[in-house]
Amino acid sequence: MSVISDETGKPFNLSMLVYDTRYRSITIQTFAFILFMAVLAWLVMNTYFNLQALGKDFNFGFLGARAGYDINQRLIEYTNDSSHLRATFVGLLNTLLVAFLGCILATIIGVIAGVLRLSNNWLVAKLMTVYVEGFRNVPLLLWIAAIFAVFTEAMPQPRAFRGDNPAANMLLGDSVAITNRGTYIPAPTWGDGSMFVVIVFLLSMVGIWVFGRWAKKRQDATGEILPTFWIKLGIFFLPALLVFFILGRPIGLDYPELKGFNFSGGIHMRNSLLALWLALSLYTGAFIAENVRGGILAISKGQTEAANALGLRSGRTMSLVILPQALRVIIPPLISQYLNLTKNSSLAIAVGYMDLRATLGGITLNQTGRELEAMLLMMVIYLVLSLLISGAMNIYNSSVKLKER
Amino acid sequence: MKKSVFIGALTAAGLAAGFASAGTLEDVQAAGSLKCGVTTGLVGFAAPDANGEWEGFDVSVCRAVAAAVLGDGTAVEFVPTTGQTRFTALASGEIDLLARNTTWTFSRDVDLKFTFVGVNYYDGQGFMVRKDLGVSSATELDGATVCIQTGTTTELNLADYFKSNNMSYEPVPIETNAEAQQQYLAGACDVYTTDASGLAATRATFEDADAHVLLPEIISKEPLGPLVRHGDDQWADIARWTLNALITAEEIGVTSANLEEMAKGTNNPEINRLLGTEGDLGGMLGLDAEWAKRAIAVGGNYGEIYAANIGEGTPIALARGLNAQWTQGGLIYSPPFR
Amino acid sequence: MSDKSFVRTEMLGEQAPPLTEVGIVKWMRANLFSSVSNSILTLIGIYAIYYLASHLVPWFWYSIWNAGSLSECREIREAAYGDVPSACFAVITERWNQLLFGFYPQHLYWRPVLAFVLLFVALAPVLFNNLPRKMFIFSAIYPFLLVWLIWGGTIWGPMAVAAGFVVGWYAAKILGDRFGAIAAVGGGILAAIIWWMFLAGPIAGGLSSVLPIGIEAVTSKDLGGFMLSVIIGVTGIALSLPIGILLALGRQSNLFFIKSICVGFIEFIRGVPLITLLFTASLLLNYFLPPGTNFDIVLRVIIMVTLFAAAYMAEVIRGGLAALPRGQYEAADALGLDYWKAQQLIIMPQALKISIPGIVNTFIGLFKDTVLVVFIGLLDPLGLTGAIRATTEWNGIYWELFVFVGFLFFICCFSMSRYSMYLEQKLRTDHR
Repeated sequence: MSVISDETGKPFNLSMLVYDTRYRSITIQTFAFILFMAVLAWLVMNTYFNLQALGKDFNFGFLGARAGYDINQRLIEYTNDSSHLRATFVGLLNTLLVAFLGCILATIIGVIAGVLRLSNNWLVAKLMTVYVEGFRNVPLLLWIAAIFAVFTEAMPQPRAFRGDNPAANMLLGDSVAITNRGTYIPAPTWGDGSMFVVIVFLLSMVGIWVFGRWAKKRQDATGEILPTFWIKLGIFFLPALLVFFILGRPIGLDYPELKGFNFSGGIHMRNSLLALWLALSLYTGAFIAENVRGGILAISKGQTEAANALGLRSGRTMSLVILPQALRVIIPPLISQYLNLTKNSSLAIAVGYMDLRATLGGITLNQTGRELEAMLLMMVIYLVLSLLISGAMNIYNSSVKLKER
Repeated sequence: MKKSVFIGALTAAGLAAGFASAGTLEDVQAAGSLKCGVTTGLVGFAAPDANGEWEGFDVSVCRAVAAAVLGDGTAVEFVPTTGQTRFTALASGEIDLLARNTTWTFSRDVDLKFTFVGVNYYDGQGFMVRKDLGVSSATELDGATVCIQTGTTTELNLADYFKSNNMSYEPVPIETNAEAQQQYLAGACDVYTTDASGLAATRATFEDADAHVLLPEIISKEPLGPLVRHGDDQWADIARWTLNALITAEEIGVTSANLEEMAKGTNNPEINRLLGTEGDLGGMLGLDAEWAKRAIAVGGNYGEIYAANIGEGTPIALARGLNAQWTQGGLIYSPPFR
Repeated sequence: MSDKSFVRTEMLGEQAPPLTEVGIVKWMRANLFSSVSNSILTLIGIYAIYYLASHLVPWFWYSIWNAGSLSECREIREAAYGDVPSACFAVITERWNQLLFGFYPQHLYWRPVLAFVLLFVALAPVLFNNLPRKMFIFSAIYPFLLVWLIWGGTIWGPMAVAAGFVVGWYAAKILGDRFGAIAAVGGGILAAIIWWMFLAGPIAGGLSSVLPIGIEAVTSKDLGGFMLSVIIGVTGIALSLPIGILLALGRQSNLFFIKSICVGFIEFIRGVPLITLLFTASLLLNYFLPPGTNFDIVLRVIIMVTLFAAAYMAEVIRGGLAALPRGQYEAADALGLDYWKAQQLIIMPQALKISIPGIVNTFIGLFKDTVLVVFIGLLDPLGLTGAIRATTEWNGIYWELFVFVGFLFFICCFSMSRYSMYLEQKLRTDHR
């Protein structure tokens, strides 16, 4: 709304600061800046005086002190002799783990539910509607608590596996045990030479990618379609298996075994993780399902009809024609759902999952009484996490966006 | 800018903005009610009944202090606090007294700057297991899964205990007693550990209480008591001596039944001093002569409060044990009223 | 000529369609078993329903509604049905009032109920646009009425606060006539602040001692249960609307500094979990305010929830602003309207209308999130389930309370989301 003023010759006077549109914006901004700084200074001063009155100081030295508590799920080495800083890291990694797993599962659930909600199968469409509405309209905290309770009560205790005629049995040839403390699965053991197997496996992944590109180029050039799926499957398994057996099976499996109170050996996926993961995924999945449904409905019906006219089956119509176009509509809200999921993972305390909020913002804060430092640090970490996620997803979004030339 | 307008507006609405001054006693008397921090719910110690009336062992302390200061045991605003918010609430003046089964420790007293006015319950961390587990001592718990209530000293004690006995364990941290109880009953953990009083209270409400047993080891000292802020000695004295009055009343045989009669004067000078018919102990505290009489009148003496809330006549059925009077071999001991 | 005809003169009666093409069979073929994969899905669906029903139906069927404690419930069950799964909804019958109203005095229940009913009267002009515009006056009064009805006390407190807006408005009008728009905005806000800081308190105090009109006061400590959720949710969303509008405008502003503050604020709030903001309310806000200030915890929570909702609201309104065709802005400029006039008369009415579904969705999200206050010790419905389980009578009860609380939230949120969908439909036709 800038008005071109032709009174340039006029000498400057103070009232122009308010009435001349050239200077007005500067005046307003200066005013706002001073006000902002004043408020900031006021808050900092208050904090300073309050801390002084309580005889506290502001320093992060407590992070170096011995934590003294144990954490059950730790992705890095941690004992109760480690520092609070390390406990914070353990918590942060746990947050990242559940957020990562949650985003993947939520997307899968969301896409399936969103597509099925539009299915012409009446029963399935209705069931999906019940799922979506049920999860969207009840607080997440209730779902987390409820799913955790279901896990606890519906699954057998480790004791049930004991004895000659146990009440519960391990699955898949005594390799997987599902208990109400978590699921135990076999863990790989890395012997000599297992490095080669891994390298060969990674190389064959690269091979699959290269082959896929080549096959596509060939199809574009000659129109010939190779049986890519079977060839890729072959590349995926054969070289690695070959090396695996040549080197004398260096990679083994460590099976879980009932010892004492609990199963030992194998990988223990705790129910706190599983319940939180499932609850977050189901809850966020319901929202994603709505986004997916909206995205699909946004694609004009003509696209479906055209695909049908080309003779595509309904599954292929969906995967080749509709979803790729709908993706552009779906991705922006998907980003905010991922952000929500990450932030909602802070409800982990309801199931006793030791995430950032439970370590730094929970036990550490409680034991040291440093609420100001701990809360500020926690906010900064969550903020950085959110910015990173939205940054990464925005880059992805701009890469799939319709390029307007 | 608009923000501050709203804050200002709400402040001016006079919802409850107040300015804490140095004298907690004057503040409480001016407000006409005592703000007392309690748990959000712990069986026997503090919980609201169907009419919203709080009741429990800790709650009785609040009521006694309110009666001593304000003359009315119901003039208490109960502020539910969590393990995390309790200290901030006290430090910021949101509450005047914290009676939330809080363990008296060095760092809380010195570093967090609170004054513990005494001990109303001597507790210790214990373990509860299923009987059919065949465990008779905590030293057999190597490798066990342990449910802990977080936000307390419990997790530190546990870590220390298992470490010093060279045992490993799997901690399952749980936010509230109710959740922990559900986890334990479903067998998601082998052991449930918290204060022994809490364990006994929890066990008492089980459908099959006999199938569970408390292990003999008590791995920590947990003197639980009410606390106030540093820096207001008069207020700390009032809280301390109100608690002592309840204890002394039991020791010298003043009960809610014979209170009125004894307040008329007896030939026991200590009873007379306590109930204000002799000397001026109340005046020294900044209260009137009958302060202790009112405090005792609310829920009776220490023993009566104990019996009514957590004693053997209740479903919780905690024996007096350490919490018997010193004359009965316990630790409950009040300095003399003199 | 014979009278034999070779052409059939009368039509044959219609044959009944094949069994597979009529009625329920056809419907099932078309909707449930149209292909192999569909049939499999249907069977899976039927199994899922059967599985859930086989567990839930007996539990509800044998439910017990009248008992004084959990052990009494168990006895009744043993006596009546034997060893079957059975819900003990007696806890709901006994604590029904508490779950809804918290510790609000029983004889004053009419006040929150009245406030709740009046809420719809206040919302009516927003919900239905064929009502007289004058009803907005009641909507403007309602927030003060709400505060007065819930917390009680003298009527002059809320009146004095409301008067601040009037004072600010008149100051702005007087200054505006004389010195222009900027002086009006600044002067208006300044006058209102001066009124609130220095005059409102004494005047309210004076008036209430002269004319003690008031109702019984209720402290925030007595608020709880579902009522607390509604109060936090409604006040949060109502207060966040004006802040959200300002933030959205600030974010679109071409004044660099103002824009950066707004963007920074919005991104910060949206980047941290609500639970950290609630902890800030309960643990840190006292550090940031002048020494000795002591806010009520419910008020602190409302402030933080308002800030939280404002950031989301700003994004919703920004979406509404972006959806307006550029021509609307240009037309406003062409008419010679200044910035505030253009916003007030042309941009905002349209942008807000487009944003209503988004606002309702934000409200649903916020309303559900109010259960997080349980982490800072407030007794909302979920917090009360904990407190109820801490009594000796109900220790050990679990699902019944969860089911009840979940059901309450579902009813509210589901009906609101239906309303928002209906609104979306209605608005869509308007703009095509």
